[in-house]
Amino acid sequence: MNNLSIPSWGFWLMGIGFGLFVAMLVHTIRRNRGMKRSFYAWPYTLWMVVFTVLPLVLIAYYAFTDKAGQFTLENFANFWDSNRGMKTQLIAQGFDPEALGMGARGTVNVGTLIYSLWMAFLCTGISLLLGYPAALIMADREFKLGATIVVLFIIPMWMNFLLRTIAWMSLLEDNGLINTLLQSLGFAKLKLMYNSQAVLLGMVYNYLPFMVFPIYNSLNRQDRRLSEAAMDLGANKWTTFWRVIFPISMPGIVSGITMVFMPSVTTFFIPRVLGGGNTEMFGDLIERTFLTADDWNVGSALSLIMMVLILFSLGLLRKVDPEGEGGSLI
Amino acid sequence: MKTLKRAYLALILLFLYVPIAVLILQSFNAGISRAKWEGFSFRWYVQLIQSPNIMQALYVTVTIAILASLISTILGTMAAIGIHAMSKKPQSMMLTLSNIPMTMPDIVTGISLMLLFIFTKMDRGYFTMLLAHITFNTPYVVLSVLPKLKEMNKHSYEAALDLGATPGYALRKVILPAVRPGIITGAMLAFTLSLDDFTISYFTTSPLVQNLSTLIYSEARKGIKPTMNALSALMFVSLLILLLLINRRTAESS
Repeated sequence: MNNLSIPSWGFWLMGIGFGLFVAMLVHTIRRNRGMKRSFYAWPYTLWMVVFTVLPLVLIAYYAFTDKAGQFTLENFANFWDSNRGMKTQLIAQGFDPEALGMGARGTVNVGTLIYSLWMAFLCTGISLLLGYPAALIMADREFKLGATIVVLFIIPMWMNFLLRTIAWMSLLEDNGLINTLLQSLGFAKLKLMYNSQAVLLGMVYNYLPFMVFPIYNSLNRQDRRLSEAAMDLGANKWTTFWRVIFPISMPGIVSGITMVFMPSVTTFFIPRVLGGGNTEMFGDLIERTFLTADDWNVGSALSLIMMVLILFSLGLLRKVDPEGEGGSLI
Repeated sequence: MKTLKRAYLALILLFLYVPIAVLILQSFNAGISRAKWEGFSFRWYVQLIQSPNIMQALYVTVTIAILASLISTILGTMAAIGIHAMSKKPQSMMLTLSNIPMTMPDIVTGISLMLLFIFTKMDRGYFTMLLAHITFNTPYVVLSVLPKLKEMNKHSYEAALDLGATPGYALRKVILPAVRPGIITGAMLAFTLSLDDFTISYFTTSPLVQNLSTLIYSEARKGIKPTMNALSALMFVSLLILLLLINRRTAESS
C-alpha cells in the first residue's frame, strides 16, 4: 500500500495549484467587478499544455532522434525495414547481411500497419451494416422503446472491457460453450478461436455501440415532416429513404465511422486474447516496441505514423461532413 | 415486418449480452472450469473478500474514478465557461486543443504520458494514474458543458449584472443552474470512462499499483479466476440498480 501515497513533489504541485486558485479568488474579491470570464479557462489551458502538448512534443523528439539524442531519420527507416537494426549490427560486427541471406527488407511493421487498417476497415463496415438498420428501427416513430434500447446498448460497457473480451474466449474455445452446444446437437466441432475472424468479432462487439449512438441521434433529430412531405409528393418508402432520410443521417454516419475506425486501428489486447500467432495489430506493435523491445525511438516513430494516418483520415471525413456536426455524441 | 424488426433488434442485443450472461453464470459456478457447470455456489464471492490483490485494485479503481471525475468536472466546467466567453479566435484555438486528446488513440495518449512521467522523473503509480485520468476526462466535460452554454439566453447573464449582481453571483445564480444538466452528463461520462479505462492506466502506473483493468490484464495469460467475474458481476449489478434508482427519481419528479 506504500505506493498509494502521494509523493512529495505531488504536494508541491498541488500547493502551487491551490496557491494560484486562492490568488485568483483574492483578485476577484478585491476588484469587485471580478475577473474576466475567459480567465476561468486558464487552469485547463495550463493542464492541457503540460499533459497533452508537452507529451506529444516528447514523442516527436524521440521519433526524430537516436539513442544519443542526435537528429536522425533512422527510426522511420526502421519502420520501413524491420530488419534494419539487425543488419546495422551485423555490419558493425564485420558481417555482410547479404551473404548471410538476411539482406531482404523486413516487412513486419508495414505488414502490421496494412493488416490493422484492413481489419479496422472491415470492423467499421460490419458495424455500419449491423448498426444502421438497428438505429433506423430504434428511431422509428412507431417504435416507442428507442430510448430504452439506447440504454441497453450502454449497459454492457459497464462490464470491464477486458473481461467481456475474455468472456468471448469461453464461448469460442475448442471446448467452449458454442462447441459444446454444437457437439450435443451432433455437429462437428468448429475452430472458432485464434484467427482473424475471432479478432474481428471481438472488435465489432466492442465498437458496435459507438456506431449506433450517433446514427440514432441524427435520425432521431430529423424533421419527420420531411419524409411525410416526400411521401405526399408520391415517393415510395424506398425512394424516401434513399433520397431523404439517408442523406440527412450522413453526419451521424460520418461520426460513427470516425468513432469506430479510429480506436479499431489501434486495437490493443483483443488480438492477444482472441487472435492467433500472426494477428498482431498496430497497437500491440507499438506497445511491444516500447515495453518489450524497450526502443523508445522506433516506438515513437510508430506512434507518430499512427497519429498522422488518423489525422489524415479525419481530414478526409471532414470533407464529407464539413460542419463537423456529426461530432456531437451527446 | 414489425416482428422482423423486433427480432433483428433482439438478435443484436443478444449478441451484446451473451458474454455478460456467461460472465455472471461463471461467477456462480462451483468449479473453476470455464465451460462446465459444476453446481451453484457462492465460493468465488467469499474468496473475493479474502483476496487483498483484488480489494486493493478495487480501491484504486473506485477512488481514482471518483477523484478524477470530480477534479475534471470542476476543471472542465470552469474551462467551458471561460471558452464560451472568449472571442472567436482564441475560442477555436482552445477547441482544437480540447480535440487533440479525443482524436489521439488511447495508446498514444498513454505512451506520451508515460514518456512525460519518465522524463520528469516522476515515479509512476497512483498519483500519475490520477493525473492521466484527469487529462483524458476533462475534454469530455468541456464538450458536454459547452453546448448548454450556447443554448443559454445570452442576455440573462447581462440582465443579472444590470440588476446589480456581481459577476461571481451572476455566475452562481444564472450560469451554473442553466448548464447543470451538461455538468452532470460530463461528470457521469468522466466517471464511466475512468472506471473502464485500461490502455492509459496500463502505461501510467507501475506494476505495484494496479487498477482492476491492469490486474485483469496481468492475470489474463495465467487464466482469469472466477473471483474476478464475481467482482464485475457485483459492480455491474450495483451500477444497474443505481441507474434504475436515478430513472425512477427523474420519472417521479417529471
